[in-house]
Amino acid sequence: MEISYPSDRGAGREPRLGPMRSEPVVQVHALVKRYGTKTAVDGLDLVTRAGVTAVLGPNGAGKTTTVETCEGYRKPDSGTVRVLGLDPVRQARELHPRIGVMLQSGGVYSGARADEMLRHMARLHAHPLDVDALIERLGLESCGRTTYRRLSGGQQQRLALAMAVVGRPELVFLDEPTAGLDPQARRATWDLVRDLRADGVSVVLTTHYMDEAEQLADDVAIIDGGKVIAQGTPEELCRGGAENTLRFTGRPGLDVGSLLKALPADCSAAELTPGSYRVIGKVNPQLLATVTSWCAQHGVMPEKISVERHTLEDVFLELTGKELRA
Amino acid sequence: MTATGMYTPKPGAAPLGRMIATQAVLETKMLLRNGEQLLLTVVIPTLVLVLFSSVDIIDTGEGKAVDFLAPGVLALAVMSTAFTGQAIATGFERRYGVLKRLASSPLPRWGLMTAKTASVLVTEILQVILLTVIAFALGWSPHGNPFAVLLLLLLGTAAFSGLGLLMAGTLKAEATLAAANLVFLLLLVGGGVIVPLDRFSQSTQDVLSLLPITALSDGLRDVLQHGAAMPWGDLGVLAVWAVAGLALAGRFFRWE
Repeated sequence: MEISYPSDRGAGREPRLGPMRSEPVVQVHALVKRYGTKTAVDGLDLVTRAGVTAVLGPNGAGKTTTVETCEGYRKPDSGTVRVLGLDPVRQARELHPRIGVMLQSGGVYSGARADEMLRHMARLHAHPLDVDALIERLGLESCGRTTYRRLSGGQQQRLALAMAVVGRPELVFLDEPTAGLDPQARRATWDLVRDLRADGVSVVLTTHYMDEAEQLADDVAIIDGGKVIAQGTPEELCRGGAENTLRFTGRPGLDVGSLLKALPADCSAAELTPGSYRVIGKVNPQLLATVTSWCAQHGVMPEKISVERHTLEDVFLELTGKELRA
Repeated sequence: MTATGMYTPKPGAAPLGRMIATQAVLETKMLLRNGEQLLLTVVIPTLVLVLFSSVDIIDTGEGKAVDFLAPGVLALAVMSTAFTGQAIATGFERRYGVLKRLASSPLPRWGLMTAKTASVLVTEILQVILLTVIAFALGWSPHGNPFAVLLLLLLGTAAFSGLGLLMAGTLKAEATLAAANLVFLLLLVGGGVIVPLDRFSQSTQDVLSLLPITALSDGLRDVLQHGAAMPWGDLGVLAVWAVAGLALAGRFFRWE
């Protein structure tokens, strides 16, 4: 017998946070932003709450424009944006000390050393993190004396991330924090995002990596064509489309009706080809146990059991007809 | 992914004075660490002063060459830092997203500009000390009202800063680099820094005398070489450039 799971999505994620999740962190309403004749954001609505929100979409979907409007860089052509209850443009002085920003690239003097720039950002804040501890945490010890232009791409990204969190913000915006990183550096960034979340820092990150959204996010907003086309937890989004599927093979001609009675009400079961069975529904460990114990009761050896979960990638493809990493 | 408390939010801006001071220190360090900037701000003015004072290449009129050259080189030093150096540095900071990143930090934009000005002034003080010591070693004997000199240097700094920031905030970084160097070279020759203005035809002189570098070098020379009290005409020219340049920079400067 062989049980296969396509991914360990959600494994180890702590339960969703308690009452503080009800407080909106970012509120975007009917946001429109044009560049010349091109409409980058087209009536976008988005509410994020405490925890990690991933803004997912292909290149040119309007992710960066939306996030940069929240950071106070761009003035909406119409619509309203509130971040921590503040107008990011008119109340920038109040907002900026409370948020941390990681731009998609750059942001550091080319002649500045990594530790020098980080210490500088720390000094702009009243209660910064311990810079040495942060440098160690992000594995930047070896870069201390190296000027920014001589750092590797991954080191530059990690420095930008460190600069975003050093001021102990309530909310951190990360614009494609792991784009172009090697797997190890990606893992380190993910760990930091999880630590931030655990310590009560809200995170809004943009990404075009499915697995990143699945691994990190409490909430995912899928953006395409300047609009949010779906939002929810990764689980909700994955359930929203086709149901999850459990397949097994056994003796041909089993009593599918009896199996169906053993299953929860919203499930369906069928023998697709002789000896090949399919159960559609919310596939979880209980369902798997129900199916295997039904097999045991009926003296059936399920030769091959597989679980196919609907991934965010499938959801995205269904919603937009586009490949994410086009 | 257990809570460590390390990142528990505790936001807040540092006191404004500390933010501006730390920003000014960083800007100054970046400037003094940059080889090309040092070439412009230190090496070229020093070479011009030493070379043209000790070798008789240019007829600088009556009196010692250093008495003519020292005021011109002080004007050159102001231009190299406030205009050329600041334009190039700011242009690349804009290009590399430094200005953008700082714009979402607790430091307000005017605080960043104040820090840049402070950094320019600190650099100029170092330049003036260095060039004055060298000029004295070359036998310089200045006259005049120190207050008038200070006023000229400050107005000159304001005029060149406005023009430098206007260039850095509107052109691409590479265009700024090229244009700022070209302007530096042209004004070095045509702005009364090393070549006396009366070598040019009268109509050319009329145009050249309206340039900020000419007003600054001419004003400094009036005071330091000829002992004039207050060169109002030159101060007026510099004031017009300062107001116009800073207003245009304020209006058209783009942060990214």
